[in-house]
Amino acid sequence: MDKFRLMFQFLQSNQESFMNGICGIMALASAQMYASFEFSCPCIPEYNYSYGIGLLVVPPIWFFMLGFVLNNNVSVLAEEWKRPTGGRRKDPSVLRYMFCSITQRSLIAPAVWVSVTLMDGKSFLCAFSISLDIERFGNSSLIKGLSETDKMKLLAKIPCEKLFDNKQIREAATKYITCISQACGWIFLLMMTFIAFLIRAIRPCFTQAAFLKTKYWSHYIDIERKLFDETCKEHAKSFAKVCIHQYFENISGEMQHFHQHHSKDDSDNEDENRKSDEEKLLGIRAQDDMNKVLWNWHTCKPALALKKDEIDGEHNDRLNGEVKGVLNGFVKGHTHNVEKKEWAVYYSKV
Amino acid sequence: MERLKLVLQYFQSNSESISNGICIILALVSVKLYTSFDFNCPCLPQYNKLYSLGIMIVPPIILFFLGVLVNRHTGVMMDEWMRPIGNRSKNPAVVKYLFSAMLQRALLAPMVWLLVTLLDGKIFICAFSVSVDPTLFSGFPNSTDLDVIKIMAKVPCKEDVIFNNTSFHKAVSRYIRCYSQAVGWSILFFLIVLGAMARLIKPCFDDHATFLQTRYWSNYLDLEQKLFDETCILHARDFARKCVVQFFEDMREDTILCLPHPPFITNFGEEWEDEEEERLHGITKQEQMDQLLNKWYYSKPELNVTRIAHRPRMCVTWKDCKGKTLYSDV
Repeated sequence: MDKFRLMFQFLQSNQESFMNGICGIMALASAQMYASFEFSCPCIPEYNYSYGIGLLVVPPIWFFMLGFVLNNNVSVLAEEWKRPTGGRRKDPSVLRYMFCSITQRSLIAPAVWVSVTLMDGKSFLCAFSISLDIERFGNSSLIKGLSETDKMKLLAKIPCEKLFDNKQIREAATKYITCISQACGWIFLLMMTFIAFLIRAIRPCFTQAAFLKTKYWSHYIDIERKLFDETCKEHAKSFAKVCIHQYFENISGEMQHFHQHHSKDDSDNEDENRKSDEEKLLGIRAQDDMNKVLWNWHTCKPALALKKDEIDGEHNDRLNGEVKGVLNGFVKGHTHNVEKKEWAVYYSKV
Repeated sequence: MERLKLVLQYFQSNSESISNGICIILALVSVKLYTSFDFNCPCLPQYNKLYSLGIMIVPPIILFFLGVLVNRHTGVMMDEWMRPIGNRSKNPAVVKYLFSAMLQRALLAPMVWLLVTLLDGKIFICAFSVSVDPTLFSGFPNSTDLDVIKIMAKVPCKEDVIFNNTSFHKAVSRYIRCYSQAVGWSILFFLIVLGAMARLIKPCFDDHATFLQTRYWSNYLDLEQKLFDETCILHARDFARKCVVQFFEDMREDTILCLPHPPFITNFGEEWEDEEEERLHGITKQEQMDQLLNKWYYSKPELNVTRIAHRPRMCVTWKDCKGKTLYSDV
């Protein structure tokens, strides 16, 4: 029991830790993508802002949607939402809980991207260099006498190291904007952490009982879906086995049955091996028979309807040999020769 | 595999060691964050102090919240604090113990950040370079037309052109770093002394027996919550399995009973067909299966497995035509 408990806990924690693992991997991928991305500001007044802010906003949206795509629970949620009521009521709080947990996990990678972008400062520099007041950085001789458009063109070149001549002003401006960008980044992180803290730590103050209920049932829905798939698979396997076995039986013409004729005392191993090989032949012993089987499997597949009677005549006779008309135990279906009398007595456990 | 099991078991048995582990990981994350953060002093008089003190204060707050979030004891403590009394009396000492344990662990990462900041010194230099008296150092750059405050504000930016021929900025930086490290070491020393004193003096004030009790019961609450979650999961699995099997069996067309073989017949050969039949749950036709799958979507069964969970056990008696009992389950 202890082993089972340990294994199950590992499995269960595996499912959640699997989702957390995916979440963590996406966050790392997001940081790595930013690091390997070659940021190249266009340094043109009309495009700087769009490029800078676009790079801050579009990849997070993409990561958010990717988070939804990679999360298995999305299809569970959609199924539960769209299904007809049937014999089972729908609980909106379960749907809300599932949606919240999926959203929380998907928000981590975008948050990482946004904070890394802000901490680095390049995108802010690109977007806001034209709004700088260059006088504060030193001599304003650079912009004296320039028209408005020329001034903007000059300021737009600040993010590009090779295009802007005055190193001192460029560095001062870079530092200034990076500083603002980093401050925004830290405030963003603080806000996200504070909101997460409110949700996680303060929520138990409200609706704890309802929360336990929704957690249980959302987990149940997931497990039920998996078990249904498993049961269907097992069923399909058995269905296929019995179907094929019945097909071979029909084709071979011999009513071969798996219940052996020899008694239990026969413990000769060789004999048994030979007999199991005999069984595996399923009554097909000639080349023509086998060809017929293979041909028919393609041209005339059997119907998807298993026959219930499996009793072979020989076995029946053997049983009936001594005691005619006896009830036999093969009651999964009707027997051929023997009238079955069933007496079933029900006793309850109470 | 055995070793892994042992390790897992060790961690499971002692929830405190998990919390300690997470706490240390967070402290390491804090150090890593500091080293990878590109500190960028603006070198402008109005913004230096604001930026530096912001960097010194905001990340510790974030780390503190993170420390509270990832700690398991937070949830346990909140549950215990907010629950209705029910049949179990509430012990405020347990809540206090959990709270203080959680607080101590959550404060480690912020402290680490603060100490690393102070010992490194960059932030102090950025914040307080304007407050230093420039006359204490030689080599003050007179050639520029900037005023004193602006020049002092530029000291943290070593690459600035006005410091090209002088080591003024290096001297000032070293001076401020000296202060910063002194403050850092003093805080560390103070914290260690405080911790040591608390450890030594606590037994004089606190009743050790009560302490043992509160520690036991707080550990118990944690384990109880874990076990409850585990049991719920096992139960859900069992419930789901029964629900699905019941659903399959309800779809059977015929009502022929599936009775077990009497023992004198079942001893022969393989019984794989019995297993297969069992797994089929009576669904043996394509139309039946299609109908079943359709019904699973359009009309999910209700959440009630009382029928299958408490199935009456069928006891069978076999009699021959003469009335003699061949076999009986009764």
